[in-house]
Amino acid sequence: MAMEMRLPVARKPLSERLGRDTKKHLVVPGDTITTDTGFMRGHGTYMGEEKLIASVAGSVERVNKLICVKALKTRYIGEVGDIVVGRITEVQQKRWKVETNSRLDSVLLLSSMNLPGGELRRRSAEDELAMRDFLQEGDLISAEVQAVFSDGAVSLHTRSLKYGKTRPWQDVDLSCPARTRHGFAPSSTHLLTYPEAHISQLGQGVLVQVSPSLVKRQKTHFHDLPCGASVILGNNGFIWIYPTPEHKEEEAGGFIANLEPVSLADREVISRLRNCIISLVTQRMMLYDTSILYCYEASLPHQIKDILKPEIMEEIVMETRQRLLEQEG
Amino acid sequence: MAGLELLSDQGYRVDGRRAGELRKIQARMGVFAQADGSAYIEQGNTKALAVVYGPHEIRGSRARALPDRALVNCQYSSATFSTGERKRRRHGDRKSCEMGLQLRQTFEAAILTQLHPRSQIDIYVQVLQADGGTYAACVNAATLAVLDAGIPMRDFVCACSAGFVDGTALADLSHVEEAAGGPQLALALLPASGQIALLEMDARLHEDHLERVLEAAAQAARDVHTLLDRVVRQHVREASILLGD
Repeated sequence: MAMEMRLPVARKPLSERLGRDTKKHLVVPGDTITTDTGFMRGHGTYMGEEKLIASVAGSVERVNKLICVKALKTRYIGEVGDIVVGRITEVQQKRWKVETNSRLDSVLLLSSMNLPGGELRRRSAEDELAMRDFLQEGDLISAEVQAVFSDGAVSLHTRSLKYGKTRPWQDVDLSCPARTRHGFAPSSTHLLTYPEAHISQLGQGVLVQVSPSLVKRQKTHFHDLPCGASVILGNNGFIWIYPTPEHKEEEAGGFIANLEPVSLADREVISRLRNCIISLVTQRMMLYDTSILYCYEASLPHQIKDILKPEIMEEIVMETRQRLLEQEG
Repeated sequence: MAGLELLSDQGYRVDGRRAGELRKIQARMGVFAQADGSAYIEQGNTKALAVVYGPHEIRGSRARALPDRALVNCQYSSATFSTGERKRRRHGDRKSCEMGLQLRQTFEAAILTQLHPRSQIDIYVQVLQADGGTYAACVNAATLAVLDAGIPMRDFVCACSAGFVDGTALADLSHVEEAAGGPQLALALLPASGQIALLEMDARLHEDHLERVLEAAAQAARDVHTLLDRVVRQHVREASILLGD
């Protein structure tokens, strides 16, 4: 078995190599930002003895009369309309608790879950009892932020998402007694349609956890990359990479398709994408579909496992940076 | 250790330092990618690593959640190879608990916990090599880690130890000086306002000398602040450059 060993080597920080400086006003906690009392204080600051003092280490941002300090990295702060990827941590009475890398766990109400067929009806007690059949602890879901509570907790919904759209479950046999983990008991007819709640449940793929501040806000966060995989860039920093499903219509009811083994070529593409994302994050580059794609293309000459080596990582990201600059300018 | 002079006639200590001089400090932030915040510090031969997770939902008993502020949970652990003699310590032993409690008191004073109600902030500190001043190194490392995690704090928390030998106050004691049995004081300070977060001493010291020892410790803590401030600014500047405008 071949083993690789590396010795510690002094490396110049990348910022020096970029050769530019920042024009922002950088502060650390305890620094006085201003003694002018005319300003309103925003996040990252506090008032002490007639002075505005910074409470996090970051850059000062001023919008008219509002001063706030943006920290380098924080937990996810929910905003209405964001797409997030989360993991179910608890099943409570009428809701699920979802972990989304934020200060408090997010909430997915049973009433915010799609009823397929476009049914608009009250959730009954039977629906409540069957909650665990749809989403259990440990499942990964993609959802959209519906509302933000006053303490910062976020309420999610899985309606009107590409994955939450109602599509008829065509080949269902009412008399079928089969019951799998995702299955349903044919005792009452309306439970039959619940399996579609799994639409937002993610199948096979790779989850990468990054800082939320590195995910760029875009119009859409679901991308089908031309290299053969799809990616969901959650605003909360959870990025889900999965093989592009071949047939879009079958996706809705495709439980069986979800569990099929993924081909080696697809796995390699997904692994390479995952390593590229990690190298972009280590070099603090914003993540969006173009940057990920350029990084993927720049990494093709190297082996997948070599991408995480520091020198190769810097080289690849440097190339990505240049390509992005050329594209903009 | 008869005959070991902690302070020579010319005013030099065992390792060649002056009375008020600190040991060499090197620190780095962001050493772990998977934690929210992390930092590593070396104060002379004392090495400490701090990792911060949070703020996040309270795990375990929901009843511990405080409705108006965040819960700060600190845990201290010392590696088996950290002291001269290899010693395996059980996880919940008295020294670890006491240190954890002291760290918690220190950071509850500095972190703005009212901004994060019903959540929990975990601070884990591990000492990799103990050569005196372990509490101070833990506090300094934890400060950097909390800053790295983006948790709002009133100010830096800088800590240093001090002792008293032959009528002179010594700052930043090493293990040799601590083991000699003289009085030793640990001070954690918020430098900008000069407020004390924690002051601890469990030895006998005459009241007249307390002022001097306290002043030596405070000055040393302010010196530590200068160094940590530089480290943080460098880190923020580098990240800012990489992120672009």
